Amino acid sequence: MQDFLQHMINGLSLGSIYALIALGYTMVYGILQMINFAHSDVYMIGAFAAFYTARILGIENSPGFSTLIILLISSMVACSLLGLAIERFAYRPLRKAPKLNILITAIGVSLLLEYSSQILFGADPKVFPEIMQDSVLAEFGLVQLKISDITVLGVSVVAMLALNYIIQKTKIGKAMRAVSVNARVASMLGVNVNTVISMTFVVGSSLAGIGSVLVGMKYPKIDPLMGMMIGLKAFVAAVLGGIGNIMGAVLGGLLMGLSEEYVVAYFSSTYRDALAFGILILVLIFRPSGLLGKSSVEKV
Amino acid sequence: MKFLKQPALLAIGMICIGLILNFGTNAYIQLTSLFVLVNCLMAMSLNLVNGYTGQFSLGHAGFMALGAYFSAYASMHWPLFSGPLAILNFVLTTLGSGLLAAFAGYVVGLPSLRLKGDYLAIVTLGFGEIIRVSLLNMDFVGGARGLSGIPSIPNLDLGFMVIEHYMVSFLFSTFWFVTCFFVIWRIMHSSHGRGFLSVREDEIAAEAMGIDTTKTKVRAFVLSSFFAGVAGALFCHATNYISPSSFNFQKSVDAIIMVVLGGMGSMSGSICAAIFITLLPEILRSLKEYTGGIDFRMVIYSLSLILVMLLRPQGLFGQTEITDLWKKYVKRSN
Repeated sequence: MQDFLQHMINGLSLGSIYALIALGYTMVYGILQMINFAHSDVYMIGAFAAFYTARILGIENSPGFSTLIILLISSMVACSLLGLAIERFAYRPLRKAPKLNILITAIGVSLLLEYSSQILFGADPKVFPEIMQDSVLAEFGLVQLKISDITVLGVSVVAMLALNYIIQKTKIGKAMRAVSVNARVASMLGVNVNTVISMTFVVGSSLAGIGSVLVGMKYPKIDPLMGMMIGLKAFVAAVLGGIGNIMGAVLGGLLMGLSEEYVVAYFSSTYRDALAFGILILVLIFRPSGLLGKSSVEKV
Repeated sequence: MKFLKQPALLAIGMICIGLILNFGTNAYIQLTSLFVLVNCLMAMSLNLVNGYTGQFSLGHAGFMALGAYFSAYASMHWPLFSGPLAILNFVLTTLGSGLLAAFAGYVVGLPSLRLKGDYLAIVTLGFGEIIRVSLLNMDFVGGARGLSGIPSIPNLDLGFMVIEHYMVSFLFSTFWFVTCFFVIWRIMHSSHGRGFLSVREDEIAAEAMGIDTTKTKVRAFVLSSFFAGVAGALFCHATNYISPSSFNFQKSVDAIIMVVLGGMGSMSGSICAAIFITLLPEILRSLKEYTGGIDFRMVIYSLSLILVMLLRPQGLFGQTEITDLWKKYVKRSN
């Protein structure tokens, strides 16, 4: 039972990271109906941005709340700029192209980011700066509540609430929702679709940036290919919850994190990467629209 | 250019190339030539799914891995024939590899091909990863250490002459190359092929014309996986060593780059791109000395992928074949 609770805490903190990254996938999919394959590499760049910021400012070994905030902001800024650039130069010229071409371009962008950062940063893993002192905050029997887990949960909850505020209450959020329902009608009613799409990329990418810092805190090892696997899992989380659906991405992320943690704990750790794809295939066979998604009928 | 449409003539041409490679060159070039044939098989078979049928498979390396592991394991553990007939083992294991991969293609394709493009890409990617992870965990095929000591295709003793093993493997690979080319070529000129094309052009319209789109896609997928399995079998006997990391995501991406660069829906385009992509790293090998051991290959590939999509979305060849260009430019000038 104590094991079970401990795994639940770990799973929730892992799952909230998946949820943050899944939100980026789901937002872009909701607006453009495309899988942004490069999202996982935006996330990777975010981790490196935080790494180099910490190194330049000399706060690699000074854990604390201010370090966390500085690294979060630097990573978010770097990710947003990168997301903007990708959208502007790779995806915007293909707005009217067939979906397959956009998909191939997205894969191309992803590979380009991965391999050019292997050249820029070196292929060997780097140690992420220590952000929070990793001590046990509270202990209930054998269940430990670590500071890192609490920070991960806290930061992601704040980020998700902020996202919810942006989407539900602000003007740009309203525009995003309008574009995702029908881009053409939205543009007729005076919404600048291109601006809205850029803003979506900015928001989604900064969430990935937050996620990268949180992952760096939890597993302090970063390398240029780190985004590949976590990106795929976050994507599976988005599909599990129903792609295009914001609440679904959060739910899917948490479910993914929990199930992964339990599979590793009670079955076998070697299959943890295969699990995500197993879930994906099951979801796609039995409920292709995801848990919270609405299935739509295609009209000619 | 008409000879390209005659299997026998094409085979004779390839035998001549094989003889030149056999006597005129060293082992390095011979091995590279086998890789070229393997990659041509990969590109042609992926072109059937990605190019002609308009689906997007990202897990082609998974099928190749299945074929390679099956053929390697079978030829090491179940030698049915010995002595001069040993070559028959390889014929059988290669065929078996193809059938196993085709079966896997059916199992994967049936549920996932009902989905639309993006999802299919992810599912096939996931399938490729599942295969790789499973192979890593299977100890009887070596796990992460890989499988070494895979036998090469042996010398062929005809009684009055002995054909060297390189020549035999070249001919064997050529046989599969020619088979793959003509099977796909003839299918694309039959009503089944028209079905593939119609699914690519407009799925709803195809369905309205009475084509079972899922079945059509599965057919293309199964055929494509069959040849990917064969390519894997040829690959493992050429290198004598395989490991799960030989069939990672990058291998699938290589195949996709071949198809996309060559032109989605062009057989000769895929073949040209496969030859080019296989030889490029060998040419760039000398460049590595200037860049200090850094591999720019993947950066160049990914950039060219983006640029091709932005500037020439249909690929370099588009949907035309080399023979069409021949008709258009050379015949007219006469």
